[in-house]
Amino acid sequence: MDWTALILSLKLAFWTTAVLLPIGVVAARFFAWRRFAGKSLCEALLAVPLVLPPTVLGYYLLVSMGGNSAMGKWFESIAGHSLVFSFSGLLVASIIFNLPFAIQPMQRSFEAIEPDVLSAGACCGMSPWKIFLSIELPLAWPGIVSAMVMTFAHTIGEFGVVLMVGGSIPGETRTIAIAIYDRMQAFDNTRAGMMSAVLLFISLAAIAVAYATTGRYGKRV
Amino acid sequence: MNARQDGPIPLDAEFDCASGEVLALVGPSGSGKSTLLRTIAGLYRPEHGHVLVNNEIWFDSQKKINLAPQQRSSGFVFQHYALFPHMSAMANIAAAMGHRAPAERNRRAHELLALVNLSGLGQRRPAELSGGQQQRVAVARALARDPAALLLDEPFSAVDRATRQKLYVELAELRRQLLMPMILVTHDLNEAAMLADRMCILRRGKTLQIGSPAEVMTRPKTPEVARLVDIKNIFEGRVLGHDHDRKLTSIDWHGQTLETKYSPDFLLAAPVSWALPMEYVILHRPAPSEPLPHGEQQNFVSGRIVEYVELGPNVSVGIALDGSNSDDRSPLLQMNVPTHVAHHHQLGLRVTIQVSLLADGIHLMPWEPLRR
Repeated sequence: MDWTALILSLKLAFWTTAVLLPIGVVAARFFAWRRFAGKSLCEALLAVPLVLPPTVLGYYLLVSMGGNSAMGKWFESIAGHSLVFSFSGLLVASIIFNLPFAIQPMQRSFEAIEPDVLSAGACCGMSPWKIFLSIELPLAWPGIVSAMVMTFAHTIGEFGVVLMVGGSIPGETRTIAIAIYDRMQAFDNTRAGMMSAVLLFISLAAIAVAYATTGRYGKRV
Repeated sequence: MNARQDGPIPLDAEFDCASGEVLALVGPSGSGKSTLLRTIAGLYRPEHGHVLVNNEIWFDSQKKINLAPQQRSSGFVFQHYALFPHMSAMANIAAAMGHRAPAERNRRAHELLALVNLSGLGQRRPAELSGGQQQRVAVARALARDPAALLLDEPFSAVDRATRQKLYVELAELRRQLLMPMILVTHDLNEAAMLADRMCILRRGKTLQIGSPAEVMTRPKTPEVARLVDIKNIFEGRVLGHDHDRKLTSIDWHGQTLETKYSPDFLLAAPVSWALPMEYVILHRPAPSEPLPHGEQQNFVSGRIVEYVELGPNVSVGIALDGSNSDDRSPLLQMNVPTHVAHHHQLGLRVTIQVSLLADGIHLMPWEPLRR
């Protein structure tokens, strides 16, 4: 069992989820309620990671974050190391890759809030911040939980993008999915099987938690 | 308040409402009545206009003042109530009490629940309440803000008929206790007539007439208002003369002379439009053996029944006047007859019928070409 790889995967999933939570809420509210020219194009671009082969996305991320790219150079000048083949690069790639998994469920749940309910909040004298905390968040909560769980579970299991952008550096970029692949390449079926079972358990547990939370909440509402 | 703009929702409306008064904004769908209510609450901003409540400017396009809904103390009851679904009835009401000390909120929420006859149901969530109960919570929540104006947007449209009748009574009782202007948006004329002190008739965002329900529904200013208040009998005529002594005006209607309410403002020989609510059309007995009562001697008209539709307790009857041909310009007089009366007199299609048009009910209006 490659504990280092498991901990790295959990760490990556945690930070991806943590960063995407506020980004997702802001973007989801924006797309749910604003109308602007090019909205459909923006939504389509955000959904691209759902259909693009992970290796293709990984390739473009590798090229755009590499040492010769503007972003790569800028990152190296302030961080002192390259963005690709590092945990930071992996995190950036993982955030981009998971954008639709985080935003879409949240957007659907913000869209489901009746606009008059928010107007009622304003007519009750609630400040916009209070409306957000007391009305929007509780009502969108099932979608937010679902988005977080999907992002977390999806990051733990991601293989293609992680391999392209991060390679397989132990303790830095070798996640549990890559470790399983490495063990299979080495005909180490026992450890590959054990790690697969752990991954399966984590995924099932995450989905169960999401269903239980949203289901219980749905009954209360 | 007044509001004016060309689009996207055309508005050209102006009205006022006194403390303790109920003003009904009435008009068909798309007449801008809800938009005007939202303008008062700050949920919609027209291009031009102003909203003045208790001498406080809530909106003034010229002075560039536009208070946020939070800064306007208005109580708003939404069409589908817009209750917070994750909160109990009590919490919904308390949510509008940010201006009160936290210790007071609970007591006041209980008072408001009692006011709307919902004591004991405070812990229920909206989904656990009936439509009528939800509406009561919405009214209590609107009052919880101690509003300067109460705004009701079609508050009875989402409940069944029996509940609606009960809620009418409750609102009529409640309004006696409230000393604030109340503006009720509705498309139901009967509802407006029952609950409002004055009605404001709107069409395409424009105020057409404001007045008491009786005035608007029997003395519409224009044929357009007459159509909007559902007067079926709207015709054209020509002024023949004014009898100052008998306080009557005579008009010519397709060769027949009709006496109408005294309306000396209309010039002699000028074309006029006129409206006649159906309750002023009196059915004659087929062969009267006794002298006709005074009402039945007025404006005697004879015709043939060309429309006969039984609608429960009443029959809707359309009468083509004698001598009229079948082209579209021929007037068709509409009246309602109780079904048992229609059966008693053996009314039916193609039956000849005599009616009187009561002069008191004939209301003259500036001429407008008829729309049929």
